[in-house]
Amino acid sequence: MNPSGPRLEFRDPVRAHGLVAALQQTMDGIDRTVTVMHVCGSHEQAIARFGLRASLPANLNLVMGPGCPVCITDMPEIDEACALALQGVRIATYGDMMRVPGTAGSLADAQAAGGTVDVVYSVAQAVEIARASGEEVVFFATGFETTAVATAAVLLANPPRNFSVLSAHKYIPPAMEIVAGMPATRVEGFVAAGHAATITGYGIFEPFAARHRVPVVVAGFEPLDILAALVRLAELVRDRQPVVVNMFPRCVTRDGNRNALAQLWRVFEVVGGRWRGIADIPDGNLRLRPEWAHLDARRRFTIASSALPTRTPSALAQQCICGTIMAGIAAPTDCPLFGHQCLPDTPVGACMVSSEGTCRIWHQYAGLPDLRQCPTCSTAGRPS
Amino acid sequence: MSQHQPFTSATVSEERVLLKHGAGGRAMRRLIDEVFVGAFRTDPPMPAGVLGLAALDDGAAVRIGDQWLVLTTDSHVVQPPFFPGGDIGRLAVAGTVNDLAMMGATYVLGLTCSMIIEDGFPRRDLERIVKSMADTATEAAAPILTGDTKVMGRGEIDGIVINTSGVALTRRLCPASGLRPGNRLIVTGTIGDHGMAVMATRHGLGLDLELVSDVAPINGLIRAVMRPNPSAITAMKDPTRGGVASSLHELATRSGVGIVIEEAALPIRREVKGVSELIGIDPLLVANEGKAVIGVDAGCAGELLALLRAQPLGRNAAIIGTVTAERPGTVIVDTGFGRRLLAEPEGELLPRIC
Repeated sequence: MNPSGPRLEFRDPVRAHGLVAALQQTMDGIDRTVTVMHVCGSHEQAIARFGLRASLPANLNLVMGPGCPVCITDMPEIDEACALALQGVRIATYGDMMRVPGTAGSLADAQAAGGTVDVVYSVAQAVEIARASGEEVVFFATGFETTAVATAAVLLANPPRNFSVLSAHKYIPPAMEIVAGMPATRVEGFVAAGHAATITGYGIFEPFAARHRVPVVVAGFEPLDILAALVRLAELVRDRQPVVVNMFPRCVTRDGNRNALAQLWRVFEVVGGRWRGIADIPDGNLRLRPEWAHLDARRRFTIASSALPTRTPSALAQQCICGTIMAGIAAPTDCPLFGHQCLPDTPVGACMVSSEGTCRIWHQYAGLPDLRQCPTCSTAGRPS
Repeated sequence: MSQHQPFTSATVSEERVLLKHGAGGRAMRRLIDEVFVGAFRTDPPMPAGVLGLAALDDGAAVRIGDQWLVLTTDSHVVQPPFFPGGDIGRLAVAGTVNDLAMMGATYVLGLTCSMIIEDGFPRRDLERIVKSMADTATEAAAPILTGDTKVMGRGEIDGIVINTSGVALTRRLCPASGLRPGNRLIVTGTIGDHGMAVMATRHGLGLDLELVSDVAPINGLIRAVMRPNPSAITAMKDPTRGGVASSLHELATRSGVGIVIEEAALPIRREVKGVSELIGIDPLLVANEGKAVIGVDAGCAGELLALLRAQPLGRNAAIIGTVTAERPGTVIVDTGFGRRLLAEPEGELLPRIC
């Protein structure tokens, strides 16, 4: 009996070896180091979990960009949620948001100071709290367009009158524009997140690819999905073909989920705004359209976030390089705090708070997710 | 950039004992090092022939003639006290018997049983627990010889706490520091069963799955594998709290070697693998209560594996990895897709599971 049962369909190491060999062959034809970027915490989780970087060719550098919605939530947005909590409004939000620092502390601090903050797993749960309590409940909504669709669906389904939304939702395509334009990143290709593209469709990346002359490959989350996407991306880089290729066709279409998109754009519109640590992103924030003003916490309440005491940044916080890590310019291991003063129990920056953050993920895998940096690690224990 | 006070839990954890300090990971090792090892240091130091607290092994050993007397103690606080596949009583006996076995001492001279019970605890539950202890003691040929009983007020403890101590004799002591480069590593069966069963029961995951704890005394199994050639076994560790990951780190650190494991070789029940994917917890980090990780001379690995598999408690045993000279203290996982480091668990995955 094999107690572990049959192998999952997308976890076939033999196929993986074939893809790794193909990737090596393609990269052998490129006589420079190529940096490609993915923009998703779930991709980073899979890449680290399966040790994929150790199998990549030496001249292929795979970095994570701004793919953690918790990490890029800006301090003024956290401040708004904290101020509302301290004004006596009940806040519901995802667990990772509790410890992300704002100008004057985090939601956990606001809770300690007497505010009511509920951790929920979904926006629907926040609605239930509103129904059951009868109190004013504000859902502090974070996440990219994939998560924003869920928020939109709830707002379209007649939520109770005491429910409203403080949107910190973000829209990722414009952020890719900014990162692609940063001189220091030198990204030659992008891996787009399969779940987001399931909603938006891959067609959304076509103007981007044309404008920046970079290829984009949409990838799923199994190790074979990621390796296959990298093989295709390397070919596109080699052949200088700035096109979009869908390597996740079992979920993603060119047009996406029209129903979900219709709901998304009925409720939200894009506005410019700051992504923490990165830049001002034109059209990077999703905010409620004016016709939903009655459900928009920003219009429903006077949020006294400017009245919050401003704390001086601590010496440690000033050393944090989360911003350059999220832009894909630096790695967590470039940060002097990483693994020393900055740990999951005692995070200094948002990238160590969230389970989607690069620093947190790298720490989970012992701080060195690229074993190519350790020559003996790739061969140790192999029969000679 | 970010303007905030540094989070203060670092200072809190320095001033208070937290749940993570009892979870079998790095935090616990630090607490033991900082608080107990120094305080209990003897002056003059222990003479040769005594393996004491500073060795931080599963138990201590005192040389008597040509044998070692091994002693160990363990307190058990699992919540809930009854879980699929076992209960706190079976756990209390198996835990101590297995700690002795990991030192190479499989013939148990005797156990003690000390209970602290909360006011109001159902007598029927107590009798069920004691019956389970007696049955497990018989199974392990480990007689319970003495004990102590205390009752505390309601709310002063949670239900029941059981401490067992044990003594056993062995001619061949097997410390956790004996791994050598080239050794192979064997795990005696499927991993993650106990922790997943307790987790599913406690959190009412409501899954229609057979998740059953593996809690069992394995001194008989270890004896069977040690008998033909005791020196072929270089080190042993029972992967309880912190799971196989903690055991591998402890073996690698204490022996000053590196370890590479093949993920595809790990025996994991389909149910456990499914739940672990679902809730995002690596089975390598999940507790076991009837398993051992055994370092063996490479030349004997096949023969010892066959011996293990011939035993009911070892039928799913597998060779999972190799000991290397490179990167001492490091554990590498070969996933089949690439390689990564295995982090040493820091604190609790799930408190009070054993």
